[in-house]
Amino acid sequence: MRPKHRRLYFVLFGMAALGIATALVLSAFRDGLVFFYSPTDLVERPAEPGQRLRLGGLVEEGSVSRDGATVNFVITDLNQTVAVSFTGILPDLFREGQGVVTEGMMQSDGRFVASDVLAKHDENYLPKEVADALKASGNWREGAVDSTENAPQ
Amino acid sequence: MIAEIGQFALALALVVALLQSSLPLIGAQRGNATLMMVAKPAAQALLLLVAVAYGALTYLFVVSDFSVALVVANSHSLKPMLYKITGVWANHEGSMLLWVLILAVFGGAVAQFGANLPLSLKSRALAVQGMIATAFLAFLIFTSNPFLRVDPAPLDGRGLNPLLQDPGLAFHPPLLYLGYVGFSIAFSFAVAALIEGRVDAAWGRWVRPWTLAAWTFLTAGVALGSWWAYYELGWGGWWFWDPVENASFMPWLLGTALLHSSIVVEKRDTLKSWTILLAILTFSLSLLGTFIVRSGVLTSVHAFATDPKRGLFILAILIVTIVGSLTLYALRAPILKAGGVFAPVSREGSLILNNLLLALACATVLLGTLYPLLLEAVTGGRDKVSVGPPFFNATFVPIMVPLIMVMALGPYLAWKRGNLAKTSRRMIVAAGGAVAAIVATFLIVPDGPFLTPFAMGLAAWLFFGATSEWAGRIKLFQGPLMASWHRLQGLPRAATGMTLAHMGIAVMIVGIAGSSSWQTEKIQVLAPGESVLVAGYDFRLDQVADENGPNYTTQRATITVSRDGRFFATLYPERRFFPVAGQTTTEAAIRTTPLSDLYAVIGEPDGAGGWTTRFYLNPLVPWIWYGALIMVAGGFLSLSDRRHRVGAPRRAALPRPAMQPQPAAAE
Repeated sequence: MRPKHRRLYFVLFGMAALGIATALVLSAFRDGLVFFYSPTDLVERPAEPGQRLRLGGLVEEGSVSRDGATVNFVITDLNQTVAVSFTGILPDLFREGQGVVTEGMMQSDGRFVASDVLAKHDENYLPKEVADALKASGNWREGAVDSTENAPQ
Repeated sequence: MIAEIGQFALALALVVALLQSSLPLIGAQRGNATLMMVAKPAAQALLLLVAVAYGALTYLFVVSDFSVALVVANSHSLKPMLYKITGVWANHEGSMLLWVLILAVFGGAVAQFGANLPLSLKSRALAVQGMIATAFLAFLIFTSNPFLRVDPAPLDGRGLNPLLQDPGLAFHPPLLYLGYVGFSIAFSFAVAALIEGRVDAAWGRWVRPWTLAAWTFLTAGVALGSWWAYYELGWGGWWFWDPVENASFMPWLLGTALLHSSIVVEKRDTLKSWTILLAILTFSLSLLGTFIVRSGVLTSVHAFATDPKRGLFILAILIVTIVGSLTLYALRAPILKAGGVFAPVSREGSLILNNLLLALACATVLLGTLYPLLLEAVTGGRDKVSVGPPFFNATFVPIMVPLIMVMALGPYLAWKRGNLAKTSRRMIVAAGGAVAAIVATFLIVPDGPFLTPFAMGLAAWLFFGATSEWAGRIKLFQGPLMASWHRLQGLPRAATGMTLAHMGIAVMIVGIAGSSSWQTEKIQVLAPGESVLVAGYDFRLDQVADENGPNYTTQRATITVSRDGRFFATLYPERRFFPVAGQTTTEAAIRTTPLSDLYAVIGEPDGAGGWTTRFYLNPLVPWIWYGALIMVAGGFLSLSDRRHRVGAPRRAALPRPAMQPQPAAAE
């Protein structure tokens, strides 16, 4: 086989592989993408039922209650609130007044059922989306969210 | 005083790095040997200075010098000694210092053991190393100075994040960095070769062991991180396709491709320009990984508090590196002449397919990881998305399937021109093993997901393909065992290493397929004395007791597991509270058997005498770690191959000790 042909062969094969990969990516994007909503977003443009989404904000003070293995709490961006329930063990850094991101689906009764509560490893870390959501709702104060005893360096 | 010494050593190191990145380069351009000779002592001086700085920081942590801000923020006098030492790199500043230290170690090793390299190539490669060191030293000194003082000094520190007080995570960063930074050598040699305008088989022989070492460490680092997430976070999973995880996985994918394409360069003197490109991209992805982890631009479950200024600095380093090296590549790559000719069905052909598929897989992971950023940029921040595991499973897995099929086949094919008919006859063992595995899985787990048996078949195909290729080489069972033993001694260790690494992948696939298809999970509230049945195992909560650890208090549950009425195991999951950090951590209790993990986590009390508990039966998860161990063992075995010893001529006598790390030291 002449080098020219060989090269053509590989280029064609590479293109085919790339094409297949592109098709895979496009089809995977349909159900692999999860949109992030703040409570205000959810009020302004309600999610379709059955659509997986991420909901993030602050855990409202005094809102956490337990019912067996299910935990109920309220996520707020200090403008709007959404009631959330989650069955399972909460991440270690889950606390009232702290930022949180949950993933799950809206129910028809307006309650958000989370299948995951995203943990974090560091209590000074505030998920970027939550910070942006607080800024968008006009309730962002630098440093107000982080616990003061362990202020960022 | 010690802090000032460290600070001073860092500043001096920056000066030395500047010299190292300029003088040898100028010397190489002008053919001035004196200037080129600067590279070696400069690299050694750099190593010494950075080691002094690193030693100083370690000392400050060990003696708990709370006049240093970093020690105050990340240490505490009551912390166990192990975590005082590992605490040095368990924070941003210290971990970047470790990054630079490892870079300097690699540079020093090239300077030390590269005596038989062409002087100009060596000088240029070390100069490029110097440039990387300059960038990161500047980053350290100007944005992340580890030696800043606080005045007045507090009486005690704030303690290390309790999640990091764990032996698994303690050694995850160094291994990961050995991998990331190890790829800088391939990068430096690639850039040096582009400047020279020459890549030959000798270049391939040089780059291969460094790439192999980096790959081995990175494999160990990624696996250790995954293992840590599995047992420490208490979520029962071991891989979440999280941006930070992907950040370490992408260099691994491309590094694996580089490892294979550098073989082609060495053996066949072809595929050169592609290999150079891979070397550049692999290191760029390592930098991207550092950027993703250190900047916090992507929401990650593994994220720590970040400082945007620092992210910007690393982004600048990243852009300069990528744009600079790719421009050089565009200018110089066309003059690299391709060597050996080969047919599509050949060893080279299979390695090209390997490269193509690995690069595609890496591209899909990259797209999935960066897509949230792209979309936010396009929509001006209105649409925020995250790309979850379904995306990665739907793209990554289908690309891996043909890769693994070829992985078993490739080593059978001859260089230049393979014979598919002859090779397929030799694949009978692998095909038989695959069919047997499919049937067996269907019979044992008839009601599991439909695709799982085929994944097991794929694993068996690879496992038996790799082992029977190796057995064929030493003619195992085709004559007296002693004859095979002698053949094995004549077989290059790299060949056995490759077989091991491929076997490791096969074992890992079994673990991945089993754990993702057959996991059982139960969440419930249990009062002491109550029990729950999980996949045939009876979990009974006996009691929850308060106990004290060295720097924490803990609620320790006693859970008795029995099967068919017979005692099986006792598990002690804990919830630890660290008063210094004011933080709780969950310690999962895991009972490992060869085929599965029993995994128990205890949550919060429900206030009525019960406790939230979560139990898993994770089938075959241990196989993931066994697979990783086998791969790492294969990597080290291959590294110990005499032919890899840089500069060692192909004679029996060795002029100098090997440059590669000893397996014992690395474990």
